[in-house]
Amino acid sequence: MAHRWKNDLTRDDVTPRALWLNRRQLIAGVGAGAALSLTRQARAQDLTPNSLEQISSYNNYYEFGVDKGDPARNAGGLVTSPWTIRVDGMVDRPGDYALADLLSGLATEERIYRFRCVEAWSAVIPWNGVELADVLNKVGVGSGARYVAFETTVQPDVMPGVRSRVIPFPYVEGLRLDEAMHPLTLLATGVWGQPMPNQNGAPIRLVVPWKYGFKSIKSIVRITLTDRQPPTTWNRLNSREYGFYSNVNPEVDHPRWSQASERQIGGGLFARRQPTLMFNGYGDQVAHLYDGMDLRENY
Amino acid sequence: MPLLPPSWAQATNRALRRVPAWPLYLLGLGWALWLFWQAATGALGPEPINTLERRYGELALQVLVAGLAVTPLRVWTGISLIRFRRALGLTAFGFVMAHVAVWAVLDLQSLSRIGEELVKRPYITIGFAGLLALVPLAVTSNNASVRRLGALRWRKLHWLTYVAVPLGAVHYVWLVKGWPAEPFVYLGAVLGLLALRLVPQRRGQGARRVPA
Repeated sequence: MAHRWKNDLTRDDVTPRALWLNRRQLIAGVGAGAALSLTRQARAQDLTPNSLEQISSYNNYYEFGVDKGDPARNAGGLVTSPWTIRVDGMVDRPGDYALADLLSGLATEERIYRFRCVEAWSAVIPWNGVELADVLNKVGVGSGARYVAFETTVQPDVMPGVRSRVIPFPYVEGLRLDEAMHPLTLLATGVWGQPMPNQNGAPIRLVVPWKYGFKSIKSIVRITLTDRQPPTTWNRLNSREYGFYSNVNPEVDHPRWSQASERQIGGGLFARRQPTLMFNGYGDQVAHLYDGMDLRENY
Repeated sequence: MPLLPPSWAQATNRALRRVPAWPLYLLGLGWALWLFWQAATGALGPEPINTLERRYGELALQVLVAGLAVTPLRVWTGISLIRFRRALGLTAFGFVMAHVAVWAVLDLQSLSRIGEELVKRPYITIGFAGLLALVPLAVTSNNASVRRLGALRWRKLHWLTYVAVPLGAVHYVWLVKGWPAEPFVYLGAVLGLLALRLVPQRRGQGARRVPA
């Protein structure tokens, strides 16, 4: 079922600054009835969405190299068609699904989300995609399943980072089932209405906006439902620094840097830092998932 | 045990004698300004602060490694770049200062954050210690200081290089995620160049042995 969640970032947030400033003056002139719109406009003032150019030129996709520009430089050869996703584990209808079959009949929506990297940079991104819950319901979540595991494609011929083994591949990630079924959680197939750029995780990637970016695994070829917490790549590499949950949390620092503030990309050489929001600003929607959990322990 | 025929080394040294050292300062300054200009105009990508910070830091390490290579190069080949070493050291110090300035002013943007990071982040503490070790070296990199301190004391003071440069290399290794090659290449080069100084040399084989 689509449209269970309503964006608080809207089309207005993707409007060029000069235009919405004008509109804002107009609304102010109209008077009392415009109060609600003004709130939204005020929010838009803080959130300048990033251009497709910015979103697709500053990436972490270690399969293509560790420099932020490497994925844009090196991902051109990624083979994204045909694309098959293996769905296995505790599902009612396991199998190798062609991407189109897995998505057929599901509503693609635009979701404008904040994106917060664990390295303390951030972006605002208009994704296009389907809710992961819809896909999981389509294949049928088996009784007893409690977690969802994901795996990224490995194409050594076109992935220099895989050949130099900068981290172990394939990249793997996972979510608790309730996180996976949350209406905010997307399987994204595009950005700005365009097909997903290779360097952003074509043809299909996860987007979990209240977690650090590395949870949002790219170029997914396998989805496994399981009753056990699955291993996740960065957690395996350094469990002290990267927890399974990795919810955005300004109060729990990365051991080597502060998570209290962030800087949105695209702001130029004199961009200001801004405070990082608990759950990346999605606390109203997701905080209940972690009721009673010590978020310092479960970082 | 020179790796080059002494006549080659002598010819090279003769040719190098005609090359002045001062263009190195201009080159360093120009390069730093060019990078800043690129960052300011968007040519370094959508996160220019981080990119510029890294580029200055890497440049500093590169020039420091070049400076560390001067003595082994002379010992092993007889080619002497000693006339350029002061310019290399001061240029590297300039890049370190630019690196720290971008970090403090453009990246962290507040004194309290700077203080907090210096105390709480070991890789920053270490990098800063390396910077502090470089300060007396930069301050005494002039003929007047060599005269005032005397050659021996000056040389002993400049042994601080052997502390500062490895600290810089460890600082880099410590801040990256995963196992990218680059920081380890720098650390390896620094340790290798320091280790070369421990290899015993026989005297009077063409290359003069000068501990430095």
